[in-house]
Parts: sequence; C-alpha cells; structure tokens
Amino acid sequence: MSLVEGRSVDPLLTVSGLRKVYEGAGRRVEAVRDLSFTVGAGEFVCLVGPSGCGKTTLLKCVGGLLRPTAGEVRLGGGPVTAPPPGMAVVFQEYGRSLFPWMRVGRNVELPLRQKGLGGERRRELVADALGSVGLADAADAYPWQLSGGMQQRVAIARALAYEPDVLLMDEPFAAVDAQTRADLEDLVRGLWRERGVTVLFVTHDIDEAVYLGQRVIVLSSSPTVVQEELAVDLPVERDQLHTRVAPRFAELRTRVYEQVQAAKRGAAPVEDAGARTYPPR
Amino acid sequence: MRGAGAALGAAGLAAFLALGEAVPRLGLVKEEYLPPTSRIAGALGREAADGAFWTALGDTLTGWALGLALAVGAGVAAGVVISVVPYLREATASTVEFLRPIPSVALIPLAVLLYGTGLRSVLLLVVYASFWQVLVQVLYGARDVDPVAEETARSYGLGAWARVRHVLWPTALPYVMTGVRLAAAVALILAVTAELVIGAPGLGARIAVAQASQAVPEMYALVVVTGLLGLLINVGARAVERRALSWHRSVRGEVAV
Repeated sequence: MSLVEGRSVDPLLTVSGLRKVYEGAGRRVEAVRDLSFTVGAGEFVCLVGPSGCGKTTLLKCVGGLLRPTAGEVRLGGGPVTAPPPGMAVVFQEYGRSLFPWMRVGRNVELPLRQKGLGGERRRELVADALGSVGLADAADAYPWQLSGGMQQRVAIARALAYEPDVLLMDEPFAAVDAQTRADLEDLVRGLWRERGVTVLFVTHDIDEAVYLGQRVIVLSSSPTVVQEELAVDLPVERDQLHTRVAPRFAELRTRVYEQVQAAKRGAAPVEDAGARTYPPR
Repeated sequence: MRGAGAALGAAGLAAFLALGEAVPRLGLVKEEYLPPTSRIAGALGREAADGAFWTALGDTLTGWALGLALAVGAGVAAGVVISVVPYLREATASTVEFLRPIPSVALIPLAVLLYGTGLRSVLLLVVYASFWQVLVQVLYGARDVDPVAEETARSYGLGAWARVRHVLWPTALPYVMTGVRLAAAVALILAVTAELVIGAPGLGARIAVAQASQAVPEMYALVVVTGLLGLLINVGARAVERRALSWHRSVRGEVAV
C-alpha cells in the first residue's frame, strides 16, 4: 500500500523484483537490475531518472510488450505476460505511433474494433475522447495534417477511448515545444482528475514530474533500481503560473534533482529531513 | 509549366513521326524494311477494321490480365506469409535469390512440353516472370514496418491477423504498388513473347504471321499496338497507385502545419 494525500489505496499495479538483461551478439546488457514499486488505483505516479536509465525498458515490461528476465508485473491481481486489455500506452513518437494511412477518427476507433465493441458505442467513445482533448473537429483529418501537439492529443484520445485502468505514458511530451508541452501537461492532469484513471508517467524532466505527479519515483542509472520515492504534497489544484513558483515546488524539485544527480554518480539516496521520502523496498 | 511540357512532348513525338516518314522516302533505308509512317498508319487502320485483330488483342489481354492477377495474388500471399512466420524469411532467402534470376523465356520449352501452345503456356511464363517482382517488393515492404507502430498495435491488443491487416499491409502497400507496376510491364512482355515464340493465339502470333507473309507495314502496326498497350498499362498502374496511396508522403506532397 502507498500513501497518497493522507489516504491509503490498494495497489493496482505491482512491479516486484523486475530485472531485464538484453542478450545478443556476445554482448550482455543489464538494463534493469531490481525494481520494485506499486501504483495505487487512481494514483498519478511519475518515474524520473537520468537519461539512458532503462525507463523505456521498464515501461515496455510493465506494458507487457517485453518479457522481463526475472521478477513480475501484476495488474489488478493477475500477472502481466502480454499487453493487458486494461492498459493503454502513449508513446513519445506520436508521428510513428499514429497510423498515417488512417484518418484521426479511425486511428482512435481501431483499438475499439479489436475490443469487439458495437458501432454505436465506438462512435460515442471516439467522439467523447476527441472532444475531451479539444479535437472534436479533427476526426476526418489525417494525423500528418495536424501539428505535433495535436497529434499527441490524438494519441491521448486513442488511449482514453480504450477506457484503460492504467495509462502508461512514455516521455509523451519530449518531442513538442515548451508551450505546447505546458498545455498538454495541464490536459493530462485535468483528464486524470476527471476520469479517475491511474497514470504511470515516465519522463526525464524533473519539473514535469513534480508538477504532474502525486508521487515521484526516482530511478538510478542503468542497471536500474529505485533510488527514492517521494510524495508530492502540493495542492491538488495546480497551474503552470502559481504552482511552479511555489516555495514547496522549488523544494521538491531540488530534492528530486539531487537524487537524480546522486543516481548519475551511482551514490546512495541523499538524506533530507524536509521531504517525506520512502526508501526503496 | 505543365502546359509547356506537354507541348514540347507533342512536338517531339511529331518530329519523330515526321522522321519516320522522311527517312524511307528519301531512300536512306529500304521501304520494304521500314515503311514510312503514313503506310504504317494505313495498315493500323486496316487492322482496326479486321475482327481477327480484335480477337488477337483480346487473347493477349486475357493472358496478361489473368497472369498478372495470379502473380499478384500469389506474390502477396507468399510475401506476407514469409514475412510473418518467424525464420521463414531467412530459410527462403537463398532459394528466392536462386529462382528469381532465371529468365522466364528459358522456361518456354518446359511450357510447351507441359501445356502445348494454349493459354496455359502463356500463363506459366507470365506468372513466373511477374511473381518475383511482386514477392520481392512485398518482402521489402514488410521489413519497413515501424517498430513503434507495431508496438502500438500490440499494446492495443491487435492480434497477428489484425496487425497484418492494419499495420503490415498499409506499410507494404507502396512497395506492393511498385511491384504490381513492374509486374504489369513484365507480364505484357512475356505474354507477347510467348505468343511470338510458341504461337499461342494473340498479338505476338499475329506479328509472326505478318512477318512470315511479308506484310511489313502490318507487322509494324502490330508492334505499335503492343507499345501503346504498354503505355496504357503504365499510366493505369500509376493512377491506381496514386489513388491507393493518397495518404503516403510520396503522393500527398508538402502539408502546411
């Protein structure tokens, strides 16, 4: 169980003892050594770590796209061995993740067809999802006719329409400009609050992790372990203007920054009485 | 720009036809071997009025279309299976590379042995030549599948068949279209060759008859018809390609974002 803003929630997603070793052509790379953490139902958790720390490997294992060498991922009690129906992934490379040969509406609808939903229900979900990312009018456009930020909105809409229990986001805003990025951050946080979906958000951006998450998990450099877990005790109502200049925001981002720097050096977690931390389990 | 290009093209063609008229008339080559353009045009007119010509044209087009359809169907099916089944690509690569360069015309004796001088002989040659064009393009196209698109499809629970249909096929389609266009041209060459050499009914056989009976202008007229056929097939294939790939960056052009 993890503590979230004073109340305890049951873990929905459990990662225990996860290890991934890539073997190939006489080379053996240990990307992830020993990772354990949980994400409670309805929680917004950010994973942050130095670049090349195996974040993407971790996310692929969680999403059932990659088989771990050891350890396991459990979603709602069952082990994850293939992409589970209760999970949707938003990738960083929106331009490659959306299918250019399908119009926006069809892109969003395709996973729903695979789920076997009826036409009426599919239309409802597509319209609702596109509406909630502010692209109600874009259904008939091709993805490549839209700007980068709009394309990533489409990818988010596709994930929402799928009605997942857990939304995995793999550095989703790393490829968009700063202003679009701020808009998309607020969009995702708004959707999370509105829909009660559980979000696991991978990023290399410390400010983004602190701004978005209820909890930040700092990963060490590869081979990856959990460097530290940190609860973000900022108010639920956040906005780009005030939250980012709040003294508590600065404290938290400093704390995370120190941990990421320590992780780069391969050092043990930095002790700081000011932040409520959870040692790695 | 487009209009000027078309005008230049028409002028070039007119000059070429005029040259064809002038060279034999000036006695630079013997008229028996190269009749002037006007006589070839006259022969073409007589052919068009002859029912047997249209039957021959129909025979050639039947062999071409059937053969192409079989080759495309088989090439696409084989290409997708080889791409999807693990290790099959590696296992078949050397065999494909061995069979592909065999010239189809080298199979003429085999075709005659098996099927005599009928349509099936033509089909054997046409299918053999066109099949590899399609197969190789499908294999290349399937290798072009974006890993991110593939992972997206898997993460949304698309099964093997759905991934073939919604990811592999659209990715491979530009390659397939190129393969079909090449195969269409090769199929026509092989159809006419088979008729010419084996004597299967069609334009090729009619060319052979015209040559044997010293009807030189008619022979040229029939050659012109095969050239026009090739031109029409290429134009048609490109039109189909553009329609099917309107979403593809090679067709859609620059988009203002």
